[in-house]
Amino acid sequence: MFALTPARKSIDQTRSLSLRWHVGALVCIICIALLLPMFVTNYRIFQATMLLVYAIAVFGLNILTGYNGQISIGHGAFYAIGAYTAAILIDYYGWPYWLSIAPAAFICFCVGILIGIPALRLEGHYLALATFAFAMALPQVLRYKAFEHWTGGVQGISLLKPEAPAALPVSPDAWLYYLTLAITLLLFWLGRNLLHGRLGYAMTAIRDNSIAAAAMGINVSLCKTIAFAISATYTGIAGALGAIVVQFVAPDSFNFFISISFIVAVVVGGIGTISGAFYGAAFIIFMPNWADHISKAAPWAVYGLCLILFLAVMPGGIASIISRYLPIVIHSISRLPIAFRTLVARISP
Amino acid sequence: MEGLIQQVFAGLANGAIYAALGIALVIIYQATHHINFAQGEMAMFSTYIAWSLINAGIPYWWAFAATIVLSFVGGVAIQRIVLRPFDHAPALSVILVSVGLLLVFNSLAGWLFTYTMKSFPSPFPATAPSPTSYLSMHEIGIIAVTGAMLAMVYAFFRLTPLGLAMRAAAENPVSSALSGINVGRMLATGWGLAAAVGAVAGMLVAPIVFLDPNMMSGIIIYSLAAALLGGITNPWGAMVGGFIVGIVENIAGAYLLGTEVKLAIALAIIVGVLLVKPAGLFGQRSVKRV
Repeated sequence: MFALTPARKSIDQTRSLSLRWHVGALVCIICIALLLPMFVTNYRIFQATMLLVYAIAVFGLNILTGYNGQISIGHGAFYAIGAYTAAILIDYYGWPYWLSIAPAAFICFCVGILIGIPALRLEGHYLALATFAFAMALPQVLRYKAFEHWTGGVQGISLLKPEAPAALPVSPDAWLYYLTLAITLLLFWLGRNLLHGRLGYAMTAIRDNSIAAAAMGINVSLCKTIAFAISATYTGIAGALGAIVVQFVAPDSFNFFISISFIVAVVVGGIGTISGAFYGAAFIIFMPNWADHISKAAPWAVYGLCLILFLAVMPGGIASIISRYLPIVIHSISRLPIAFRTLVARISP
Repeated sequence: MEGLIQQVFAGLANGAIYAALGIALVIIYQATHHINFAQGEMAMFSTYIAWSLINAGIPYWWAFAATIVLSFVGGVAIQRIVLRPFDHAPALSVILVSVGLLLVFNSLAGWLFTYTMKSFPSPFPATAPSPTSYLSMHEIGIIAVTGAMLAMVYAFFRLTPLGLAMRAAAENPVSSALSGINVGRMLATGWGLAAAVGAVAGMLVAPIVFLDPNMMSGIIIYSLAAALLGGITNPWGAMVGGFIVGIVENIAGAYLLGTEVKLAIALAIIVGVLLVKPAGLFGQRSVKRV
């Protein structure tokens, strides 16, 4: 016990350091993100844009599942609704692409409320079941003949790549990247404030014990419905951005496996963490590319195994590992100059 | 009218398939109080095992029996190895693990057996029983086998001490353990039985839909709808639910919506049942203690 005391003290010191490091790290990451398009190929810029898009979607799902405890294994459906709303507005009604994101968000908000209300009566397995069926059925509805006029049926809708504003000297890919980055930062800032505010704490309280939360005066039904609607909105915005970036929507790109990817990303990144959305999104962007070399089936096998292994061994996901070990690493690095100086002092006479 | 009768009978044949897989879902629910999203993929994988055995030259019924035994062992092994660490985990983890199993079995089948469709033999004669019959021999066979399986499952849960112990272990694990029931073994047996019943369902479906790794993706949704409609605690309910879902699906597909959006019907049934009568038609209403 006595021997442990110094170590504990140093960990406390790292904790007090960590806020400064947090802000510093965030500024560094944003700077790197801003400079990134100058150094990499257009394909890498596209991948980075999709990473941000998926991070928004995964964050949306995490608000619902991680912070509010409502399980959805059909969030790809909201992504599809957002994507189709944007694509139909741009292609059929001729809206400018940047204006189509807000209606997509609004429609997903409304659909989120419509689904959130019946979801109030469904807990655990049953909610998972209903969302599972929702995600399975949606591609068929998108393919349905009666809506072909708007949705383009099986062929889907192709969009044109938006040009960067004439005043800015950047390529179209870089422009889309910067637009997505700005929206991502805005949404994560809003989401962080939401989760650390009154509503966020109420949502977490409901997750941990809904009866106790109700006894504390939280309006459980209202709070859960709002959580569903906000979550759907985030994922819908991601869908709209994704449609603009990929320039194509079709029923088959929104099959059941996109919903699975999102839930895998939530688990691998870290359930109930904000930064986890980025780790999870990176995982579902880069892992399939890499595993495809082994076999066509390999990405899904890796998804399944990671889902089970992470839940069993690392329920906090990558975010928990980083938040546990990064301060220690940073602390040791910050001590290096001192160690170096003492070393020099010892060696030199 | 002739067309309608034809749709009803086709619905009955489909319904028997949904009922067969629905019974497997009911068994898992009876034994563990969880819904197994991987049930369809486990059944598909069992069917591939049967296909390999038949291709190796083993007679159909021997392969049939061997597949059931292997599936039982496999189901027990999955519970013991994969699900055991999650015995005390929240429902979210268990659901996600079953989704993980779904992915693993789907990709494993694709990896081992490729994604090309394979035909699977039927044990029943190909000829219709009479020229005017609405059902083929295979469809009559499916209904008969499902009915027999249902009777066995029902008798097992209602009449045998092991069935009673399994229900008790799911209902209240702590108090059953204190009464001398080996809860872990009961959970494993439940998974084994469900895997075995699922294997039978898979072998009955495969001659109709052909064997490929995604053959169960639509069927599992209907089976879930069937099990919920009948009440997920009652095997008879799954059978009746299966027939109703099969008939409604066929008639709505033929006359109302067209066959392309049939899955939306399953979704409507699932959401409707959960909202209007969560216990299903024949299920027991569960009461939550605060």
